[in-house]
Amino acid sequence: MLNMKDISVTFNEGTLDEKKALQNVNLHLEKGDFVTVIGSNGAGKSTLMNMISGSLKPDIGSVSINNKDVTILPEYKRSRYIGRVFQDPMAGTAPTMTIEENLAMAYARNKKRTLKIGVSKKRKATFKNHLETLHLGLENRLNAKVGLLSGGERQALSLLMATFTEPNILLLDEHTAALDPSRAELITNLTGEVVNQFGLTTLMVTHNMQQALDLGNRLIMMDKGQIILEVSGEEKKSLTIEKLLQEFQRIRGQQMDSDRAVLG
Amino acid sequence: MWFISVFGAFEAGIIYALMALGVYLSFRILDFPDLTVDGSFVTGGAVAAISIVNGVPPVLATFYAFVAGFIAGSITGILNTKGKINPLLSGILMMIALYSINIRIMGKSNVALLNEPTIFKQIEGFWGSLGIDTVLNNMVSALGADNLPGTWSVVIIMIIITLVIKFLTDYFLKTEVGLALRATGDNEKMIRSFSANTDILTIIGLGISNALVALSGALIAQYGGFTDIGMGIGMIVIGLASVIIGEALFGTKTIARTTLAVIGGAIVYRIVLVLALKVDFLESSDTKLITAVIVIAALITPKIITARKESVRKKKKRAMLARGEGANNA
Repeated sequence: MLNMKDISVTFNEGTLDEKKALQNVNLHLEKGDFVTVIGSNGAGKSTLMNMISGSLKPDIGSVSINNKDVTILPEYKRSRYIGRVFQDPMAGTAPTMTIEENLAMAYARNKKRTLKIGVSKKRKATFKNHLETLHLGLENRLNAKVGLLSGGERQALSLLMATFTEPNILLLDEHTAALDPSRAELITNLTGEVVNQFGLTTLMVTHNMQQALDLGNRLIMMDKGQIILEVSGEEKKSLTIEKLLQEFQRIRGQQMDSDRAVLG
Repeated sequence: MWFISVFGAFEAGIIYALMALGVYLSFRILDFPDLTVDGSFVTGGAVAAISIVNGVPPVLATFYAFVAGFIAGSITGILNTKGKINPLLSGILMMIALYSINIRIMGKSNVALLNEPTIFKQIEGFWGSLGIDTVLNNMVSALGADNLPGTWSVVIIMIIITLVIKFLTDYFLKTEVGLALRATGDNEKMIRSFSANTDILTIIGLGISNALVALSGALIAQYGGFTDIGMGIGMIVIGLASVIIGEALFGTKTIARTTLAVIGGAIVYRIVLVLALKVDFLESSDTKLITAVIVIAALITPKIITARKESVRKKKKRAMLARGEGANNA
């Protein structure tokens, strides 16, 4: 479904601030894969997401979705295939527009926008049904401006908007990080539900190790612009936070040793 | 005496309302402070005037003006989106470029239409045969007005045109493209992640906005009987004044309500201006100063009213608590 080949990108090349954000990254996702991505700040997780969404382009390498090369496709064209939820609950919705209008915009993601009314009667009923699955009572507030909703409600709506048109790929960029623990749990559960319901191919960045272990069938760990660990299937199920940290120490330790060898 | 002044102000106000609707589209819907308006208003007047002088039927000439405005606005949009020039600067550049272009269009700095056919003259000719003017004038004079308007045709036809454009705008902003346009001004990152080409939407949005501004300029030129290179100076401020006054007076609950408010704002602005100029020590050269004062008043008054209401509410609450009642619903 998603294929990233030899992706490298460097920011501010040739200056003191040069940063190799991604180095020879290869990633392949089968249809229905749910991959969680962990790693420290600056590891390249967000850059990886932006490479897929198209808001950044690689220096070298290619990205293809559904066997179609999308490397040079601009973001707005690529988003026909991609649903995305951002970390900031304010980022995924239009605050001065109503809930139904926001859903209508999301509904048009993989269609051509026309001069027909966006919120038709028929669609309203569909939107209502979808909102009911969130169990937040939003189905009774179709005409409320989204800016009036709480952070948790907005993020739940963003999640629904990104998923109900069944995108080929769903990108979740630390989408629970800005919420309080109980809201974060709610969104985490909702995420599991919708991904299962639609069988979405998903990539989720998170700082919460437990979340990375609970969700998904694959896990990758990134560091310094590289994928340093990949776990999947049964192995992932038996993984614990402790093991993960040990593994990280082991790989990082080795890397430091080899660095020392080079420098020594 | 007062009636004829207010009538005239209303007449002009409803023509300027189209310009205000254009400013509303760029300023509020796209969140784009577009200064092209000062230039595109004149472009509208210039294109319409020079076309009419050259024998083009007034309705068609007005349509040409509309198209010219659309092109001017689109170029501002292209400068901003493709050229990555800051919105304010894109508008200013286009405005200054249009100053020269407008003189080119007219061939000199003004064109008179006094002896030429205009939309309003054509309608008046047809209107006069209907005899509605006499009926309306009789009604008004029965109410005590003595100085009566020569024709009602301009007001009536402009109310129809403006309302039709208002309803078209309302409809457009509810279509799929319209929703995406609104989201472009509201949360660009979000709508791009839903496969909308925000560059094209900005270009189209500014095009429509300036098309309405130019349409207004074309009608004002035909209404006043001339086009002058200076007629657009400060137009953006007048547009903003109309939007702000309208929103403050009539509310912004829905799109349909807001577009109506903007039209109302444009009319109220004209009436306030005319009444202000009736004050003895104010002269017509004080117009811009009065405009600034009106806008400042429209911006500050609602805040003062809200603050007042809040403080009254809090006082009531405290008083209630002090009396020992209402502790539960405090």
